[in-house]
Amino acid sequence: MQTEAAAPEIAPLATDRGRKWRAVLGRWETLLAGLLVVTAIAGQSISPEFLTTDSFTTGSLDLSEIALMALPLAMVIIAAEIDLSVASVLALSSAVMAYLWSHGQPIEMIIPICVAVGALCGAFNGVLVTRFGLPSLAVTIGTLALFRGLAFVVIGDESVTDFSTAWTDRAFGNFAGTFIPNTMVLFAVLAVAFAVLLHATPFGRSIYAVGANEEAAYFSGLRVKRIKLILFTLSGAVAGLAGGVISLRNSTGAANVGQGFELTVVTAVLLGGISIFGGRGTIAGVILALLLLGGIQKALLLSESISSYWVQIVTGALLVGSVLGPNLARRVADTRRRRSHPLQEVGL
Amino acid sequence: MQAASSEGARAGAVAERVLRIRELGLVAALALLIVGTAILEPRFIEASSLRNLALNASILAILAVGQTLVIVTRNVDLSTGSVLGLSAFLAGDLLQGHPGMALPLVFLLGIALGAACGLFNGILVTWGQVPALVVTLGTLYAFRGLAFLWTDGRQVNAETLPDPFLNLGSDSIAGVPILVLIAIVIVLIVGQWLRDYRPGRELYAIGSNPEGARLAGLRADRRVLIAFVLAGALSGLGGVLFTARFGTVDATAGVGYELTVIAAAVVGGVAIFGGTGTVYGAALGALLLGTITSSLIVLRVEAFWQQAAIGALLLLAIALDRLLAVRVDARLRRRSARRAN
Repeated sequence: MQTEAAAPEIAPLATDRGRKWRAVLGRWETLLAGLLVVTAIAGQSISPEFLTTDSFTTGSLDLSEIALMALPLAMVIIAAEIDLSVASVLALSSAVMAYLWSHGQPIEMIIPICVAVGALCGAFNGVLVTRFGLPSLAVTIGTLALFRGLAFVVIGDESVTDFSTAWTDRAFGNFAGTFIPNTMVLFAVLAVAFAVLLHATPFGRSIYAVGANEEAAYFSGLRVKRIKLILFTLSGAVAGLAGGVISLRNSTGAANVGQGFELTVVTAVLLGGISIFGGRGTIAGVILALLLLGGIQKALLLSESISSYWVQIVTGALLVGSVLGPNLARRVADTRRRRSHPLQEVGL
Repeated sequence: MQAASSEGARAGAVAERVLRIRELGLVAALALLIVGTAILEPRFIEASSLRNLALNASILAILAVGQTLVIVTRNVDLSTGSVLGLSAFLAGDLLQGHPGMALPLVFLLGIALGAACGLFNGILVTWGQVPALVVTLGTLYAFRGLAFLWTDGRQVNAETLPDPFLNLGSDSIAGVPILVLIAIVIVLIVGQWLRDYRPGRELYAIGSNPEGARLAGLRADRRVLIAFVLAGALSGLGGVLFTARFGTVDATAGVGYELTVIAAAVVGGVAIFGGTGTVYGAALGALLLGTITSSLIVLRVEAFWQQAAIGALLLLAIALDRLLAVRVDARLRRRSARRAN
């Protein structure tokens, strides 16, 4: 604690401009942007196809659902909770879509139902966490199994592939003659909405407060439980929407879609500089992390010598690394500080 | 000081009673399930069917024992199933390539591979200070990715494995399957170690109050590391036994096991908050989950319900834990208030 409090005095000689530069350079987002450049260069050297609009189109299309689900999950994690059930909610939503379509419902009706099913799942998580006081890790491991199981109960191991082509084209296609997929436009709209919600509204500020210190937030009058319940519901609703998107995009509604998506979503969020301990991070960081993740995955897939199984390994390593890296950096900085200012340790 | 220690003992007594009730409840649920299924489908309690049930629950129980060690320290190991997959393929691959290989050596190598995976997890959790959830979610997929890279689409088949090894998975000694004997021995050894020995007790201390344990001079990091290594080693053993039991192994061996294993431990009374639960409870939990799976199959309930049932049971168990914890807490508070008067 004491060493942290003394931190501003460490570099009294640095000019204001120097300090500002250091603040920008020290940001997680700057690091991500740097890594993005490195990935671009490395990817281009792996395959000349890497920096093309075509590879952006296919790469971002593959990451559509991950990107959508990462936005509300970022807010859940900023509030110091976790939702591991998102991939299973997506599967349940896909199964529901398949079931309803095969029973003759129009897609216009089904999509809102998918979102509602997702929101219900999220609210279920939220109620268990907030009203029953259960840890979100345990709850969402349980619902990870439960919702996936329910998806199989709804549709079994069958799949529905005959969705109306008008809608599958819409989900698979690009936006009005550009190379940007429609799903990315949907993502951009949601990203702006969530960024505004998180960074420019009192509700967003209160999410940070809850994550940084729940007790303090409670005693300063924030309705901690309600905030968390809303976040879990949002996370579920967007996962439900993503379930609709993935079914239409792949023209397949089934219970086994999105296996293992929880890894990639959580990786994107933590890589984006959202602290797993809550209270810190930005939507901009998550967007950069998604670009980075998509770039790395695309580069691995484009290369002919590297097996695609590396995608899983690299994603896992990025997940661990995005928490391990800052931890180690902090420790190195602490040691250095202690060495150069030995007296601060005794509080002088 | 004396008052404090008698208070502590009393709290321990209450906690122990709650746990015993939990274990009795599990046995009752198990009995109810078996009797109920047997009434609907008498073939369920034929010797061969019960034997199958015990065999299936054995590997699950061994994994649940390891998971208990980790959860007791307020951590979690999501990578269990992937570690099992790696060791299972290692055992199959070794025996396929060198059929004459000594079986103890195969077991040793499988366990060592598991322990190495556990060590990797443990180092990242303790030295790297990364939450166990993040580490093991990462290694859940990273280890599985390694298994896919390594197997490269190959498969180990039962015909290519030596008979003495496969017999381990199906033979019996005095009517009890070897696999079940191994599971019982492990449950007893680890159970006593956790209950009566100092390192075991320290795991509970770390789990119920990490900061307090550290301030009391426990080498918390080292103990947590040991818990992860043991959990990895037991998953490794589970992997070798998996190959012995099923014979056919590819890169997907044990996919999704982590959910069942965690559910088994938690249903068996190992609180996800850390600090409470026994290996015996976890083993009972594994037996209960194994029985549910078997009875669903016998009753011809669609297999799809299985995963939903596991999830629902897990949620029920943590809700029950929470309820009990709140009530025990209230009772202890009342009691100490009464004494203060």
